[in-house]
Amino acid sequence: MTTRKIEILVGTFIVLATAAFLMLALKVANAGVSGSGESYVLYAKFENIGGLKVRSPIKVGGVVVGRVASIDLDRVYYTPVVKMEINEQYSNFPETSSVAILTSGLLGEQYLGLQPGFIDETVEILADGDSIQDTRSAIVLEELIGQFLFNRGN
Amino acid sequence: MITDKLQSLGRNTIDNLAGFGRSGLMLFGALVGKPDFRKGFPLLIKQLYVIGVLSLLIIVVSGLFIGMVLALQGYTVLVKFGAEGMLGPLVALSLLRELGPVVTALLFAGRAGSALTAEIGLMKATEQLSGMEMMAVDPLRRIIAPRFWAGVISMPLLALVFNAVGILGGHLIGVDWLGVDGGSYWSTMQANVDLYQDVVNGVIKSIVFAVIVIWIALHKGYDAIPTSEGISRATTQTVVTASLTVLGFDFILTALMFGG
Repeated sequence: MTTRKIEILVGTFIVLATAAFLMLALKVANAGVSGSGESYVLYAKFENIGGLKVRSPIKVGGVVVGRVASIDLDRVYYTPVVKMEINEQYSNFPETSSVAILTSGLLGEQYLGLQPGFIDETVEILADGDSIQDTRSAIVLEELIGQFLFNRGN
Repeated sequence: MITDKLQSLGRNTIDNLAGFGRSGLMLFGALVGKPDFRKGFPLLIKQLYVIGVLSLLIIVVSGLFIGMVLALQGYTVLVKFGAEGMLGPLVALSLLRELGPVVTALLFAGRAGSALTAEIGLMKATEQLSGMEMMAVDPLRRIIAPRFWAGVISMPLLALVFNAVGILGGHLIGVDWLGVDGGSYWSTMQANVDLYQDVVNGVIKSIVFAVIVIWIALHKGYDAIPTSEGISRATTQTVVTASLTVLGFDFILTALMFGG
């Protein structure tokens, strides 16, 4: 077989493999342009984060607006602090907004539900690095059952 | 009696360690040194064709069928929980994390590794390697190095093709035949597959497997006893040793990457 034909076949092989990688990256892992856009950071403190994980989605009315970037423990009060990365195009949440840890379905994964608050002239818009004050923790099923049994005992 | 056992144990250990040392020296001699791209590049292209392009067919066909079987078997379990929407992540994650790199490595050891061992073993038996040395051509740089690099380059690419074809095969069975919603097949896959955690770790796995398979194949050929029986034994050993080593390393890599 001539060198030229071999080189063409090797070139086709490389192109095919690159196409496979692009398909895996863009179509399967969805690491495209929309996924890694500009974002800004908000913080929220919770009593209990339940099963929330890094890269859990942040939703407003069911629409994903960002993802959880990291989860740390406050060194002074020992409460969990969640760092949220929110897409730059949704950048006007007022400081009266609230955030809750919700579960999709009965056994599904946990996500952050962001509820935009009201706006008037004394309310400021949340900027990069601000904290959301109004938070509601995850509902831990075992605690609920424990409380229920405890109340029945009384 | 017991001293005989001890002696054979010691002899086996020394033989194994000596073989390991010779394989290290072979790789060192082949890879370390000033690279000569003008001479090496055409040899590399030739080997990429023999090792990579000619393995493409078996990789594509097995990838397609493994993706189809995964979708078929996964569907029968998932549909009991009403969770057939999660078929996409099931197929994609099992292919990207495990089956893609491992099955590609096993097929590669059978398809390309055995051929390499037989080729180099026969070169040694017909004294082509000694002939090259007589002509002041380093057989390690001329024979071993291009084959090594061609294998290390082509196996991750073959694994990527395997994964992509497998996911399309899962789509073919899951969506077009069993009636899973096509939108949820892709969207749950996108929500659950991470580029670095899953895709890149799979590629890292397959680079490690490529080094293992190619190194074992080249060493067994280069170290073969230059008779027809020796070459046949070396070829068998290549497939067996490479497959077992790949499976063992797969466990270690999985524990390191996804175990924590």
